[in-house]
Amino acid sequence: MIKNFFKSDVIKMISALAVVGVFSAITLVFVYEYSMPKIEENIRRATDEGIKSIFPEADTVEEMKHKGVFEVRGQDKNLMGYAFIAEGNGYQGPIQVIAGVDPGLRTMTGLQILESQETPGLGAEIAGDFRKQFSGLSVVDEIECIKNREPDKPGEIEAITGATISSQAVVNMLNNRLAELRDKLGVK
Amino acid sequence: MLKDVVKGLWRENPIFVQVLGMCPALAVTTRSIFGLSMGMATTFVLVSSSVVVSLIRKAVPPQVRIPMYTVVIATFVTAADYFLKANFFEISKALGPYVPLIVVNCLILGRAEAFASKNGVLRSFLDAAGMGIGFTAGLVILGSARELLGAGSLFGVRVMGEGFTNWIIMVLPAGAFITLGLLVGVFNLADQKIKKDTACHVTEKSG
Repeated sequence: MIKNFFKSDVIKMISALAVVGVFSAITLVFVYEYSMPKIEENIRRATDEGIKSIFPEADTVEEMKHKGVFEVRGQDKNLMGYAFIAEGNGYQGPIQVIAGVDPGLRTMTGLQILESQETPGLGAEIAGDFRKQFSGLSVVDEIECIKNREPDKPGEIEAITGATISSQAVVNMLNNRLAELRDKLGVK
Repeated sequence: MLKDVVKGLWRENPIFVQVLGMCPALAVTTRSIFGLSMGMATTFVLVSSSVVVSLIRKAVPPQVRIPMYTVVIATFVTAADYFLKANFFEISKALGPYVPLIVVNCLILGRAEAFASKNGVLRSFLDAAGMGIGFTAGLVILGSARELLGAGSLFGVRVMGEGFTNWIIMVLPAGAFITLGLLVGVFNLADQKIKKDTACHVTEKSG
């Protein structure tokens, strides 16, 4: 009885599952091989374009010994500022941004969203008008995220209606990273 | 044969009649373009997995059919996700986690179990194509209605005048439920009217 059982059903089930699994794995290897270089290229281009849009006159961009921090220099080799990648948790998943700041770490030059899984049309709007508020923003004090009124003090950012968590997340990750940068670069 | 395609468009429309796949239907339809790309990705997975399930249907031991279908579906979902990331980076970023989540869309496992596992390759293909087109059309209609009222545009092109104030609620989750509810209502109304008309027609003929 037991012998027959093993000979028939169980073996059949295991082998059927194994065959499907192997085929699936082989297919995915090809898919991975085809798309991974393209995906990496896309990510690299997004970082480059992000820095270019924050520092339109940038000539050389060099990653510093601190990971995710880039030194941006103009044509005459003067230091234009730093671009840095910041990460944090949004409403639905991790958010990754690239931001630019002047050499004295006093004013932000711009912000680009690299990766977010926020709700399309809501939290995802951090990549829209919300982002533009950061150009020229004073970061001498911590950035503050306000609701339901126009910003009237330096360092204030208006949150997106319906996406306070995503807005606050971006502000928090910038504050954290800026504090870290001041420490690392020894700028007071 | 034609019936297999057409039923997905109207009589058994996945969104308005079967009310399947509600997670993407409610979550990503804030813009028509997201509805369209989500619908196309789902259609690709649906058609490919239906064809494969139909091909292997005689070799599948009934006890393990669900895990086997799931592996097939997950493979195509991963392929679709990587394809979008490689070629349509922006759209893939906007759709976020909802492309990988196609794997749990009950429409796909539903068609595999209810149709593809019992029918030939061609009919399964037609069935899946019809359901996919019906699903995509549903998402585009939902997305267009919400984008039009919530953002004043269609497929990213501004159509409302400057004086139009965006109805923020339409891009919020509540707007998704309101739009879907109204559309299901309209669909049922139209369906009843068609049924009534054809019923009258038949009596006239027989009379």
